[in-house]
Amino acid sequence: MSGSTITSINVCKVYGGESPLTALDGISLDIEPGEFISILGPSGSGKSTFLHCIAGLEEISSGSLKADGQEISGPPDHVGMVFQRDALLDWRTIERNIMLPIEFAKKPVAQYKQTMRDLLKLVGLSDFGSKYPRELSGGMRQRAAICRALIDQPSLLLMDEPFGALDALTRDQMNVELQRIWLETLNTVVFVTHGIAEAVFLADRVVVFTPRPGRIADIIEIDLHRPRKLAVRETPEFGKYTNHIRALFHEMGLINEEIEQVNKAVLS
Amino acid sequence: MIKKIHGSQAWILGSISLFGFLVVWEFFVRVLHIRPITLPPPSAVINELLSEWVFYLDHAVYTLFTTLMGFILAVLIGVLLATMLVGSKRFEHTVYPLIIGLNSVPKVAIAPLFVIWLGTGSEPKIAIAFLISVFAVIVDAMHGLRSVPSDVLDLGRVLKGSKMDFFFKVRLPSALPSILAGMKVAISLALVGAIVGEFVASQQGLGYVILSAQGTFDTPRVFAAVAILSFMGLFLYGALAWAEGYLTPWRTSDTK
Repeated sequence: MSGSTITSINVCKVYGGESPLTALDGISLDIEPGEFISILGPSGSGKSTFLHCIAGLEEISSGSLKADGQEISGPPDHVGMVFQRDALLDWRTIERNIMLPIEFAKKPVAQYKQTMRDLLKLVGLSDFGSKYPRELSGGMRQRAAICRALIDQPSLLLMDEPFGALDALTRDQMNVELQRIWLETLNTVVFVTHGIAEAVFLADRVVVFTPRPGRIADIIEIDLHRPRKLAVRETPEFGKYTNHIRALFHEMGLINEEIEQVNKAVLS
Repeated sequence: MIKKIHGSQAWILGSISLFGFLVVWEFFVRVLHIRPITLPPPSAVINELLSEWVFYLDHAVYTLFTTLMGFILAVLIGVLLATMLVGSKRFEHTVYPLIIGLNSVPKVAIAPLFVIWLGTGSEPKIAIAFLISVFAVIVDAMHGLRSVPSDVLDLGRVLKGSKMDFFFKVRLPSALPSILAGMKVAISLALVGAIVGEFVASQQGLGYVILSAQGTFDTPRVFAAVAILSFMGLFLYGALAWAEGYLTPWRTSDTK
């Protein structure tokens, strides 16, 4: 199945209450079929909110948000979602966790056994299908969660800081694997993160959000060969992208090197 | 460094302390020449139990039956009510205050009413055992049903399954540890309820044995019945702790 198209025109999200909070302010973005989009921003930039709106978990306040030409109201079809904490069910084996979407869709589980085995192989969990989540490490659990998101062959994969809770080494490994999975499935991916290197490494385009209210600060096309290796992060081209983004964060007042220097002086 | 204590070791240590307690008790009763009518020695109680074990077994089975009936009703109705309370805000706002209000009525105080309503058979005992234990199930089941992580709730919505599927495949299993914790409290309370029921009006059960033995100052018999009740409580709790380990193997049990 080819990837979904997402069309966002001037999307705003305001949380009501006594002091209304604008989470998203005029987000306009076209996501092409099969494109890998990273949404990068500091906490409070509404990047997760935007993802939840695409997932149909939250309603937008104004503007237009469409998936494959259909205005999104409630979760669209053919969506897989990966959460920051894997959201695996403790009482189900990895295999049965992965089959959950099939069971919910009332599809015959037996017909998806081979797909499941292929997915487990793809993420290197072939020997762990009958284990329980608690028996797996954080990285392995998140791989299983990715399998669960992919089992029903979604055209759109939404990932909400999926590797945020992992240690740096595992996170690098997961980035490489996610790229490999995506190159094999070629669905549309929207990947939310606050890691600059991670966002650049994975994406076709990086969408940078500003903090409170969330606006698009810049959209950066990443023109690096695929499959990318981790070493690409040491190249000048890669550095050009990350420096540009860092400069954006600097303008937003998110990075203040002087304070860092003061801290260093105090520490030394 | 703290040494890890294994299950069998814990059993041995527990048995030693119980045995030690009985030895000290026996020793003081004999040394201080305490009359059996005040405090019989453990040997007399054990003797009493062994010499009339058919009599005790008969009454123990009756008490066990009413306890379990009350307990099972409390679990079924408690989980059902909790599901409805969690499922509907309106139902919660109308019914939950009533449940809290009813729970604050001392159940022991209204036990005689059940004799008026349900007679002197096992029904009033079951009713009291149920009433006294159901609240623990409701509270813990509600807590469990509510404690589904927000990620998992979102997952359920994205997957667009039926409400039934989400309840039986996600919500109920994730509430199971809490429900079992509530059941462990409820089983002890149900036993209390059954005995209170037998105190009020009964010709059967260990509560009746205690009350009638007290009337004839047969203290060893009171102690014998109390001993059986203690072991019964221990056994019921242990059975549930075992069921907890069996049904929720992904949880490390808090009953070590």
